[in-house]
Amino acid sequence: MTSLEIRDLHKHYGPVAALAGVDLDVASGSRTAIVGPSGCGKTTLLRLIAGFEAPDEGRIVLDGEVLANGGTAVPAHRRGIGVVAQDGALFPHLTISDNIGFGLGRGEDKRTERIIELAYIVGLDKAILKRRPHELSGGQQQRVALARAMAMKPRLMLLDEPFSALDTGLRASMRKAVAELLEAAGITTILVTHDQAEALSFAAQVAVMREGKFSQVGTPRDLYLKPKDRMIAEFLGDAIILPASISGGFANSPLGRIAVDTNDSRDVARIMLRPEQIALKRTSREGMSGTSDMLFGEVTESEFAGSTCTIAVRLLNNADPPDAAAIGNKPLILRKSGMDAPSVGEIVRLTVSGKAHVFA
Amino acid sequence: MQSAVDLARSRQPPKMRRRAKRRAAPWLITAAVFVSLLALLPLAFIVWIAVQTGWETVSALVFRPRVGELLVNTTLLVLLTVPIAIVLSVALAWLTERSDLPGARLWAWLCVAPLAIPAFVHSYAWITMVPGLHGLWAGVLVSVIAYFPFLYLPISAALRRLDPALEDAAAALGLGPWWVFWRVVVPQLRLAICGGSLLVGLHLLAEYGLYVFIRFDTFTTAIVDQFQSTFNGPAANMLAGVLVTCCFVLLGLEVLVRGEERYARVGSGAARHQPRTSLGHATIPSLLLLVLTTLLALGVPFVTIGRWLVAGGAEVWRLDEIGLALGQTLFLALAGALLATVAAMPMAWISIRAPGPLQRLLEGCNYIVGSLPGVVIALALVTITVRIALPLYQTLFTILVAYALMFLPRALVSLRASIAQAPVELERAASSLGRRPLNALWSTTIRLSAPGAAAGMALVALGIMNELTATQMLAPNGTRTLAMAFWSYSGEIDYASAAPYAFIMVAMSLPLTWLLYVQSKRMAGR
Repeated sequence: MTSLEIRDLHKHYGPVAALAGVDLDVASGSRTAIVGPSGCGKTTLLRLIAGFEAPDEGRIVLDGEVLANGGTAVPAHRRGIGVVAQDGALFPHLTISDNIGFGLGRGEDKRTERIIELAYIVGLDKAILKRRPHELSGGQQQRVALARAMAMKPRLMLLDEPFSALDTGLRASMRKAVAELLEAAGITTILVTHDQAEALSFAAQVAVMREGKFSQVGTPRDLYLKPKDRMIAEFLGDAIILPASISGGFANSPLGRIAVDTNDSRDVARIMLRPEQIALKRTSREGMSGTSDMLFGEVTESEFAGSTCTIAVRLLNNADPPDAAAIGNKPLILRKSGMDAPSVGEIVRLTVSGKAHVFA
Repeated sequence: MQSAVDLARSRQPPKMRRRAKRRAAPWLITAAVFVSLLALLPLAFIVWIAVQTGWETVSALVFRPRVGELLVNTTLLVLLTVPIAIVLSVALAWLTERSDLPGARLWAWLCVAPLAIPAFVHSYAWITMVPGLHGLWAGVLVSVIAYFPFLYLPISAALRRLDPALEDAAAALGLGPWWVFWRVVVPQLRLAICGGSLLVGLHLLAEYGLYVFIRFDTFTTAIVDQFQSTFNGPAANMLAGVLVTCCFVLLGLEVLVRGEERYARVGSGAARHQPRTSLGHATIPSLLLLVLTTLLALGVPFVTIGRWLVAGGAEVWRLDEIGLALGQTLFLALAGALLATVAAMPMAWISIRAPGPLQRLLEGCNYIVGSLPGVVIALALVTITVRIALPLYQTLFTILVAYALMFLPRALVSLRASIAQAPVELERAASSLGRRPLNALWSTTIRLSAPGAAAGMALVALGIMNELTATQMLAPNGTRTLAMAFWSYSGEIDYASAAPYAFIMVAMSLPLTWLLYVQSKRMAGR
């Protein structure tokens, strides 16, 4: 069932178009991530959904209720949408307990019990309730902000880069905890972020945003493996993009004959591989001879960085691609496990697993 | 007398306090202690006189109907003026900072400009326009008009600095716009409101000329009356004692209400730019409020001065007399400003470079003395010089000392801010290159803090230029400053002859008020 429905949303700031026609459907109880570089309009979109600003054109419908249509909009305080801002936006003049209970009525039944319950749900210690926001760590502040927003039992929860101010380690665990929490509460959630890994791991639906529009919307796996264009591919992770000719479900590329995800035939095409699809196996110059259908390379650089090792491999035998000059002697950059990585000068055999993606 | 910049006193950035302690040069500490002791002299004298007078006389002088009457007058004045000024200033500040009011920047400046007009000139303008004006409500009206910028300045600076994300968060939690303002915005203005209210309250206690015009008796007017009739008898001194107690009550109240809370922005990153609220149908009434305020606070004085200037024609411009008064005023203002700045230097240096308990104590002393009414300091210096060092009575030296004591906090705040920006490494580098400590300090930190010192001096000079009570009581015979000349002419109901003096005072204060405006913005933004 669709919970949130956005149609053709436009928003201008002076001559600048922050949103230039956005459409989005979010299923009830699901998690959606909106990802894009800074300035792409994702925060504007969030502010329009929250009701902090009104759109110039377009509709926002939540559970059948029209929140915004054309220039008219329901104000934020009547929408029942929870928001967790980048740095929590906790009220510095109130205690943690009062922050969490801010949206609850003063005389509300069992207010204190509810606050304690919410604190428990987000994993905050009861002792913290009497403190002030500035006495808390960044992660704790985010939990308070989440509890505060959940107190309202919102129909929809908007998360505006809530993890970006946290340390790397804490970020991943908070992300997981929040996802589980909202899932358990059955709250539809939209996360806005500029971190692609965060978007891919958090949500069931990911929308990539660029210049005020969604350039692609889909499941994380689809977006990662079948991006619509080169920019999306590179935004979502490292990508190896090669010229190729394709026919019959295979491509002829500098890396040889590779299975592709389409049955089209084209003489000139671009295919994309994720670096993790390419496996390296140590061999020697002697081992290269006489095996024309195999692909070999020489390690030209090896940069050790703890758990990973970034390796540059120069291909030694090209399988005669249609425009081999394009790739020339440009080495492939691969990130491999730091354990047992080949060192500079070693000869490796390259094998490709899975299918390559063909750009339309 | 204080200025809005004094507000920054207790809001020193914590970073500075936490900076590793460093031993201050002993001569600097000696100098700072000396200045602070000197500053405490007036207070000590009031206590000493009280002790010397004996309890029976003191209680006879303090517990009498007249004092009760003055206390009621003064209390009512403060209790009525301060809340009205708060409401007016919050409304004006919100309109100029957070709404889409047409010409908001111009209005913001117009809300500060009344500071350029000395309070007694405000009163002069009103009394010549509405001759029957007198009593408590007249006092409240003119006081609000003369002093609301002291509240407007810090409140508008605080509003500008508020994180809009907090208001968004409150709206998302189901609060309507008015509730958001009441539960989120107003609590964050508390520091600014407290500081501004304190300043307004202290001014109400200290002001003399304003209340004489409208025949409203406060402690300060009573002390001056008493001084004029019986010179420095115990009666005047005891009234001063009660007035000082009132000041302490205000200071204590402010500390209590302000509390120890931190209202700074929580979290990292730069705050988003604040959106301005669209006024819609409320635009016209809002503009009316600003027009009305401007008419009352600027229109009335300017129209009155203009009218008297026109009525007086060329003959009120007695250039020799005016030139003399201007020259004397400028001399006193500059000399006083210089002395105050030099006296503030050791204190400012210690508070940045070697903060500690001693520095906080000394700073507290200076702050308390700075908040004493000019009449109290003047009375104490009169008593001291007459009883102990008669040759110093009514000399240039004594009046300059009085100015320095009264305006030390202004100089201190500006100096401290600019010293904080001069890296200590430069001083150390100069030392390591063989300069002696004083020389090292002079060639680095003092040079670099010159702009701040100049700003502080300008503010002190502004205060001295418009000072009336202490100047009257302490200046050498034959001194006639602009304020004194204005006062004596208007005392003789020769309003036309007084007008050129009022005009010159306002004209000279306007640019300095602009400085105050810019500086308070920067202070509050720290």
